[in-house]
Amino acid sequence: MKNKTNYVALVLKQPDVILSFDLEKYSLLVRQARQANLLATIGEKLSELKILNQVPVDVRHHFEASMLHAKRHKPGINVEVRNLKKVLSQLGLDLLLLKGAAYVYADLPAAKGRFFNDLDILVPKDRIDQLELALRDEGWVSGKTDAYDNKYYREWMHEIPPLRHFMRKTELDVHHTILPPTSKYHPDVEKLFESAIEISSGVKTLCPEDMFIHSATHLFHDGELEHGLRDIVDLNQLMNHFGEGTAQFWERLVPRAKELDLIRPLYYGLRYTQKILGTSIPEKVIDEVSYEQPSAIMRPVMDFLFLRALAPDHASCDRFLTKTARYFLYIRSHYLRMPLRLLLPHLIRKAWKKRFEKDNVPIVLGKQL
Amino acid sequence: MKITDLQKNEWIRLLRRGRACFKIGPFTVRLRSTLPQIANGLYQLYSEFELVDPRNQFIDYDICVDAPNLLRRWFRPQVLFSLDGHSPFKPLPQSQALAVFEWGLNWCIASSAHRFLIIHSAVLEKGGRALILPAPPESGKSTLCAGLALSGWRLLSDEMALIDLKTGCLVPIPRPVSLKNESISVIQKFSPEVVFGPLCQGTHKGAVIHMKSSSESISAMGQHVKPAIVLYPRYMQDAETNLLSLTKAKSAIELAENAFNFNVLGSAGFDALTNLMECCDSYRLCYSSLEDVIPKISELIDGSHSTE
Repeated sequence: MKNKTNYVALVLKQPDVILSFDLEKYSLLVRQARQANLLATIGEKLSELKILNQVPVDVRHHFEASMLHAKRHKPGINVEVRNLKKVLSQLGLDLLLLKGAAYVYADLPAAKGRFFNDLDILVPKDRIDQLELALRDEGWVSGKTDAYDNKYYREWMHEIPPLRHFMRKTELDVHHTILPPTSKYHPDVEKLFESAIEISSGVKTLCPEDMFIHSATHLFHDGELEHGLRDIVDLNQLMNHFGEGTAQFWERLVPRAKELDLIRPLYYGLRYTQKILGTSIPEKVIDEVSYEQPSAIMRPVMDFLFLRALAPDHASCDRFLTKTARYFLYIRSHYLRMPLRLLLPHLIRKAWKKRFEKDNVPIVLGKQL
Repeated sequence: MKITDLQKNEWIRLLRRGRACFKIGPFTVRLRSTLPQIANGLYQLYSEFELVDPRNQFIDYDICVDAPNLLRRWFRPQVLFSLDGHSPFKPLPQSQALAVFEWGLNWCIASSAHRFLIIHSAVLEKGGRALILPAPPESGKSTLCAGLALSGWRLLSDEMALIDLKTGCLVPIPRPVSLKNESISVIQKFSPEVVFGPLCQGTHKGAVIHMKSSSESISAMGQHVKPAIVLYPRYMQDAETNLLSLTKAKSAIELAENAFNFNVLGSAGFDALTNLMECCDSYRLCYSSLEDVIPKISELIDGSHSTE
């Protein structure tokens, strides 16, 4: 039988197992980790445990190169935060960072070795027009010019079309809530603003429970799970960090998710992070959240889908029906995002556009070199 | 064991099964391909590269160069480069397969081998001293590189200088030299015994051909070299050979602009660059005739050239 081990999860769970690897296993680990965007995360973990230097030098190069690359994010984020803070403070707003940028700025362990492509911020909906104008004056312009895309974002999404700084090329996602208004769940975004915590003057992040719930919500409502394992690693790091260091993190987690109408994504977040990375979660929390679990019929179905889709996107991890599982979850994410009467026309339109759009071109080899 | 030690049909079988595994400079590549352009081209150009057993080997890059799907194998055939089974690239006409392999490998290295400062340049060695020829496309860098390689210089690389961040030395990766359009006939005339691979017509760079690296360059692949001279070449029709000394500061900035991963490396890249400048002299070179310019560059590397 072919080896179908998820070496990335194995090494994250039990890093010293790496010392018994032969070169073939190392090759698979590096390839899986490269596709899962987790080379640097694994490298940081091994380095923390002081076993990175016991890894064969050819293999170690890949970890070290990626760690070096990931370290470049922090200075970049700090520059962007400083610039954005200035723009927002002129409008009397605080800068509320989400996801990757928040982990970096708050110096959380989840930031170590993490890559991200864009900055996410949360602002009150009624100030968004004003902010967009102010950002434009600072060089942040919308990349999406297509009228349909624009309408799609503005009417149905929880964010405006992504902005990009014309000089620095940083991408900025401005959110006004954390789920599309058309979706099944309706978290009250006011509550997130109220509990946000200040990291430095004028710069905030969500409070620990909200940060975790948001991360889980984002993952389990997102259709593209090829890099889902990276988000599972985030959830694991957040739990390990807040679970130990923050008083009442575990006590508050489930009630807070109920309050925000996000108990199901929290359930998935806890369940699959524990299943994949073996996170230690207090029994009590598991009991509390299991009142909200899917039915006995749906549970094994969801397990089947998520445990496949959340493996690294590499042939050596693909089991029976992995691709189909990812496809189902992609459809599910759209279904969760908007009711069918909106979804069907949208998907047809998207498929049509994709078919005939010529400028949607990936990298042309050789152009850069 | 070298690739040339295999019978051609054995080589084709290895490629088809994805067990063709060989060392290219500091990297180990595993390649799968069913395309005859790849099998023939590599059998010719990479014949002296060392084959290794994929089973007890760490593989840096697991590459596949093949038709994107069954239809495109026969109908208006295309080729797609993928790493680890994934491709961010656009398929190209199959006649360009060999160039696609070369470009794809450049991309793999430039986007991940951050233990090196990687500069877009050709690198050659003579008398234990390395010459770095950084240049944007169209500057005649590859033509000059091929000319030098055919005049007794050891080729370290045509496409990228790999500068080891720890030692500051240049690490050889003597892959074939890629020549474009008019350069092809220039080199053919310069040295009739040159070995070319198949011609790839109609790429976005025009006609591309690959020149086989010399056996000496390939067998000396493990020998790292200290950098000595940075030379910015510029081909200008009918121009007289003209060599101009360049300040270290100016040269450093130009090198950084030609580097693929300077922004990724941060301070480590800056240190590598300043160390490089410490031990190198820099020049700007204008030339039109290979016959005229090559002796002058040789004088420069021997230290017998005096700049006015």
